[in-house]
Amino acid sequence: MQTGQVYIDGQAVPVGDAQNILEVVRKAGIELPTFCYHSELSVYGACRLCMVEVESMGLVASCSTPPADGMIIHTNTRRTRRLRRMILELLLANHDRECPTCAKNTGCKLQKLARQYGVNTIRFGNRDEKLPIDASGSSIVKDPNKCILCGDCVRMCREVQGLGIWDFAHRGSKTQVTTAFGKDLADVACVNCGQCVAVCPTGALTVKSEIDRAWSAIHDPAKTVVVQIAPAVRVALGEEFGLAAGSAVTGKIVAALKKMGVDRVFDTLIAADLTTIEESMEFMSRMENGGKLPLFTSCCPGWIKYCEQMHGELLENLSSCRSPQQMFGSLVKKHYAKKIGKTSGEVVCISVMPCTAKKFEAQRPEFTTDGVYDVDIVLTTVELAQMIKEAGLVFDDLEPAGFDNPLGMGSGGALIFGASGGVMESVVRFVSGYLGGPEVGRVDYHPARGIEGIKEAAVTVKDKTLKVAVVNGLANAENLLQRIKNGEADYHLVEVMACPGGCVGGGGQPDANDTAARVQRLKSIYRLDAVEQVHKAQDNVYVNKIINEWLQGPGSHAAHHDLHTGYVHRRRITGKPMEITGDAGNGQVDVSVCIGTGCYLRGSYEVLTRFTDLVRVCGLEGYVRLNGTFCLEHCDQGVSVRVNDEIITGVTPENAEEVFRNKIAVRCGTTVQV
Amino acid sequence: MQPRKFEKLQEIINKHEGKVSHLIAILQEVQAEYRYLPEEVLTYVATAMGVSPATVYGVATFYAQFSLVPKGKYIIRVCDGTACHVRGAAPINFALRKELALPDQQQTTDDLQFTVETVSCLGACGLAPVVTINDQEVHGQMTPEGVLAVLAKLQAREQQPAEQA
Ligand code: SF4
Ligand code: SF4
Ligand code: FES
Repeated sequence: MQTGQVYIDGQAVPVGDAQNILEVVRKAGIELPTFCYHSELSVYGACRLCMVEVESMGLVASCSTPPADGMIIHTNTRRTRRLRRMILELLLANHDRECPTCAKNTGCKLQKLARQYGVNTIRFGNRDEKLPIDASGSSIVKDPNKCILCGDCVRMCREVQGLGIWDFAHRGSKTQVTTAFGKDLADVACVNCGQCVAVCPTGALTVKSEIDRAWSAIHDPAKTVVVQIAPAVRVALGEEFGLAAGSAVTGKIVAALKKMGVDRVFDTLIAADLTTIEESMEFMSRMENGGKLPLFTSCCPGWIKYCEQMHGELLENLSSCRSPQQMFGSLVKKHYAKKIGKTSGEVVCISVMPCTAKKFEAQRPEFTTDGVYDVDIVLTTVELAQMIKEAGLVFDDLEPAGFDNPLGMGSGGALIFGASGGVMESVVRFVSGYLGGPEVGRVDYHPARGIEGIKEAAVTVKDKTLKVAVVNGLANAENLLQRIKNGEADYHLVEVMACPGGCVGGGGQPDANDTAARVQRLKSIYRLDAVEQVHKAQDNVYVNKIINEWLQGPGSHAAHHDLHTGYVHRRRITGKPMEITGDAGNGQVDVSVCIGTGCYLRGSYEVLTRFTDLVRVCGLEGYVRLNGTFCLEHCDQGVSVRVNDEIITGVTPENAEEVFRNKIAVRCGTTVQV
Repeated sequence: MQPRKFEKLQEIINKHEGKVSHLIAILQEVQAEYRYLPEEVLTYVATAMGVSPATVYGVATFYAQFSLVPKGKYIIRVCDGTACHVRGAAPINFALRKELALPDQQQTTDDLQFTVETVSCLGACGLAPVVTINDQEVHGQMTPEGVLAVLAKLQAREQQPAEQA
């Protein structure tokens, strides 16, 4: 905490708790331009747009200079103006200037600042080199020709998500922000959360659009188009039409979709209520029967992919419940379609989500019915807003409309799924009501609420005390997992959401998607919940009807089949194996030892050296070809070894010799005889 | 040959206790072992050190001393600093590349014997133009003919490996 004051353009301003000059200047009501400054991330100081003149110091980057008592600061001088213009001009010179056709057009910070600072000519030519665009992933498109090297995405992915998918590579004029080895995004550990897109100031990182596919479905008379809307969308979409962050516009969204020609507008909330019920039952059964605990929630596809890649040993701790999006899709394709006399292929399920990872989730092969995807198209909040604009609908003038039945109703407990802590609170509500009976009434569980990254609490239901934790941001999740592993913490139930603040801060939400906006959206969700009469999942009559009529009652085989799922081990990065011994020629036995992280930590290096020694000792140099491979996708049972086509798990330095003799040397024997 | 390298790789990482601050030193030693930094080896280094492979890739591509493509047994550096440039580095480079039949953009011969690179100033401007072999032999006041003679000697050396050893 600093004391004292500084003078900004002649005005005395108290320093307060500002960490840098930039914050003080903003307090004085002056907006300094920045690309690389985000209060949520570390200070980088690379874009230099925020330069100010400080008397007796000269030009300094205000984002990385702490204020000192009595400083005399000038923000708008001939030098700062000339400098800002020059920086913008240079950035633009090195940037593909196809603004009118860019996905970020009118939302781009570079464009906005160029206009604001009066850059109206660029004295340099266009760049001649065009780098390839990466559209390999399900959710994110990278156009390196529009990257200004601010590094925002690099720090976001590293600091908030703990993944470090992006980094700077090469040097000087060849510098790029890229993935490891310049691989496609689909080939690295990216979990599609879209947080890097949310901070990218230009069109270098954008969301992969499914708008055209959505219009085709809507305009196809042979298709019945069914839409579901996630909770966090309704408190954010208005921002695309100039409304304040957090404005609730549920009825207007429904009205817009109906005008656009969608056949049925349903609510993801009904599936969220189903999720609450299924997950609570699973939780109570694990508590009673000594099942795996803590139970981790499974609604967030970013977290699921992360867990599959990084924590194979925890897959059994994940709730087997499908996410609300996928429960909804499953109900539509397996039951609703039949109800209206259609096949699953004749019904198109579009979901509107705050999330980019949902695009990946919808394409997981297990989420299909009769060979078609349960959820065909996933639109983000921003994409739906774009479609409303394309349809020429005046948002202000839309008269609110209501959801259709039977999939249009949800409880307050379902609404708050959009906020970090919401799934937890909804489960607490359900379990309290389930164990305590109807006199329990409303249950508001405040410890789960709020934007904080890690929340821990204990809740007593009947005579049981449950220890629970709620995390958002994958770096926070990793931190919590390490504490659980070290025995420093233990819980019964943990909710994880990949995005800061939960789904309200998803990668598909409108700009500015920062802490301030997220807090407003959170508040709005809880305000909606406070006036919602249907409070707990079990109070939703439609959910009970569906469970009984479509799913043959609670806990039935059908319910399990339609609403639950399983998880897979997933490698983090593609690439060729590491050669340990050279090619052994024809008839060789191919032996690959996994050196992915899971197996590496269990001793794959020792196993490999044992094998190498054994090859030599047994004189099998000509017969065995030894490789190190990055992940055989059996991470929980490592060390994994593949011998020709057979995968052997549970190899240890101790049993390596036995495995070698029984599984590898034997095969060489037959090879020799042939 | 190969298994030794792999053991060495792990030894290097262990010696530096997998410290991220030692990444550059680790990569230097690994490159000395493999003569370049193969992708799968960098992925292994990242796994063993618990850092993102993108970070390792970033460091490996930032420094000119690291190479992600295999280099030849003989690395011929032609200085193209100002002094060497004005005294005729370009024809020397051209002669070498022509003799080794190196296509544009390619620095290393397909048989991994020779790599031809240009550098900006070796700090021996008095001897301009300068050519070095594996950073050990220094040849000053070079000409296209002179450099071809040096190359011929190296090629001859390769023909009779037994005598050299
Ligand atoms: S989408 Fe998320 S995980 Fe993927 S690179 Fe961006 S921030 Fe990292
Ligand atoms: S991709 Fe975007 S956020 Fe990342 S460095 Fe480039 S301009 Fe900045
Ligand atoms: S780390 Fe995935 S199978 Fe070994």
